[in-house]
Amino acid sequence: MNPALPLARLGRATLDALAAIGQVTLFALSALSHLVRPPFYLREFGQQVMQVGWFSLPVVGMTALFTGGALALQIYAGGARFNAEAVVPQIVAIGMARELGPVMAGLMVAARVASSIAAELGTMKVTEQIDALTTLSTHPVKYLAVPRLLAATLAMPVLVAVADAIGIMGGWLVGTTRLGFNSAAYLKNTTDFLQAWDIGSGLVKGAVFGFIVALMGCWFGMNSARGAQGVGRATKGAVVAASVLILAANYVLTELFFSA
Amino acid sequence: MITIEDVHKAFGANRVLQGVDLTVARGTSTVVIGGSGTGKSVLIKCILGLVTPDRGRITVDGEDALRPKSRDAFLARFGMLFQGGALFDSLPVWQNVAFRLLRGRLKRPREEARAIALDRLARVGLKPGVADLYPAELSGGMQKRVGLARAIAASPEIIFFDEPTTGLDPIMAGVINALIREIVTEMGATAITITHDMSSVRAIADRVAMLHGGVIRWEGPVAAMDAAEDPYLQQFIHGRAEGPIETVR
Ligand SMILES: Nc1ncnc2c1ncn2[C@@H]1O[C@H](COP(=O)(O)OP(=O)(O)OP(=O)(O)O)[C@@H](O)[C@H]1O
Ligand SMILES: [Mg+2]
Repeated sequence: MNPALPLARLGRATLDALAAIGQVTLFALSALSHLVRPPFYLREFGQQVMQVGWFSLPVVGMTALFTGGALALQIYAGGARFNAEAVVPQIVAIGMARELGPVMAGLMVAARVASSIAAELGTMKVTEQIDALTTLSTHPVKYLAVPRLLAATLAMPVLVAVADAIGIMGGWLVGTTRLGFNSAAYLKNTTDFLQAWDIGSGLVKGAVFGFIVALMGCWFGMNSARGAQGVGRATKGAVVAASVLILAANYVLTELFFSA
Repeated sequence: MITIEDVHKAFGANRVLQGVDLTVARGTSTVVIGGSGTGKSVLIKCILGLVTPDRGRITVDGEDALRPKSRDAFLARFGMLFQGGALFDSLPVWQNVAFRLLRGRLKRPREEARAIALDRLARVGLKPGVADLYPAELSGGMQKRVGLARAIAASPEIIFFDEPTTGLDPIMAGVINALIREIVTEMGATAITITHDMSSVRAIADRVAMLHGGVIRWEGPVAAMDAAEDPYLQQFIHGRAEGPIETVR
């Protein structure tokens, strides 16, 4: 075997990755430029708000409820080691609002929405529907990508707010029924402790994650290879890329917002 | 007038078009024939800019088709029937047909757009009841006809039909052939039709072009087709297994 082969492979992979980043960036810029130029497809935007936002509520709510509950149990157990059981309400609230609300909602929406966008647009690509759009004087980025990007970016903060509230409620449920907290005191501790930026930062994260989800779904879908296999690969790629990018972006945003 | 000069297109090692030259005069009907996989669909996608040629020039009435001044205005002159129909499966049939009339520069009131859609559906032999169904609820031949109705909905000047009669029964095929002929002679449209069906060729064509080996192998008026001496053309129009075109068996 040629000793330089692993190096060459690494080089090729790096170049491919850089090229992909460049292409995605160009795609995002083109979508943004279409966002501000008419025509605007309001009907499609409305449909996507329903798809991304409204229909994601159950899964995001369930995830948040169980996460908040488990968080309360862990903080109680961990806090007990140095007699700090009483901090459960505060830590649940801050953990949900700053980190787990946006991240859990983002990952669930990545699974639910990035996959469905990629599969839908990928199928449109391989059945020539995207070509057909072009011949009907309709720009595919404007008609397909812009409504999805806008809907996901605007709907995600709302989903995060819902996740925060339900997650805190999950903590409260476990705290009052299993850990012996007084209901009124638990809620008072939560509201006294939380600051506006704890919640606001999570909502900003949500908007960024929503944009990532729709961008990955659209990009992988519209660049799908031919055939059912191509659509399958596009769908998988969209979910994996969206999930990893969400976690990476989350770290960067946390550094940006909270590191001293 | 559409002129295609020295157009090349390869997909990886697969050299599909290798120097295609073709001229289509305004208001005429040209039929492109050729074996499966010779690049007929790729050729018309090149004219519309859906596939970018590696080399060559394409002009439509003197305007560079690869870099039109306004792509919107350029594409507004065309109608296209895709080989696979390419209907939008999220929209009901009538909105597919009226797609162009519901948005963009040709937008008009919804009622009017729907009336035009119903008229076009009738012209391809589909009943009004089909209008509110979704494409997935239709048979293959019905989908093809909806695609045809969509291609002619906005009365374009130039129309491309990619295999308009494949999958249709002989009577419906006859109706569609007559419709295409009528669109050219009565409405003065310019048409390029791809077909494998020799009875369609005779019904639709003013001129015939045969694509083989990446180039236009023969081109001429339909009346000259039978007397032409090209052995490739003769093998194709008579559907012979023996001849210069290789068949793998
Ligand atoms: N997007 C693409 N990527 C890769 N190869 C392609 C692409 N489009 C077409 N080809 C290849 O180009 C060749 C010509 O395809 P095309 O669809 O033009 O054939 P055709 O003449 O229309 O055949 P048919 O009569 O069967 O429709 C085929 O070998 C096909 O595999
Ligand atoms: Mg074809």
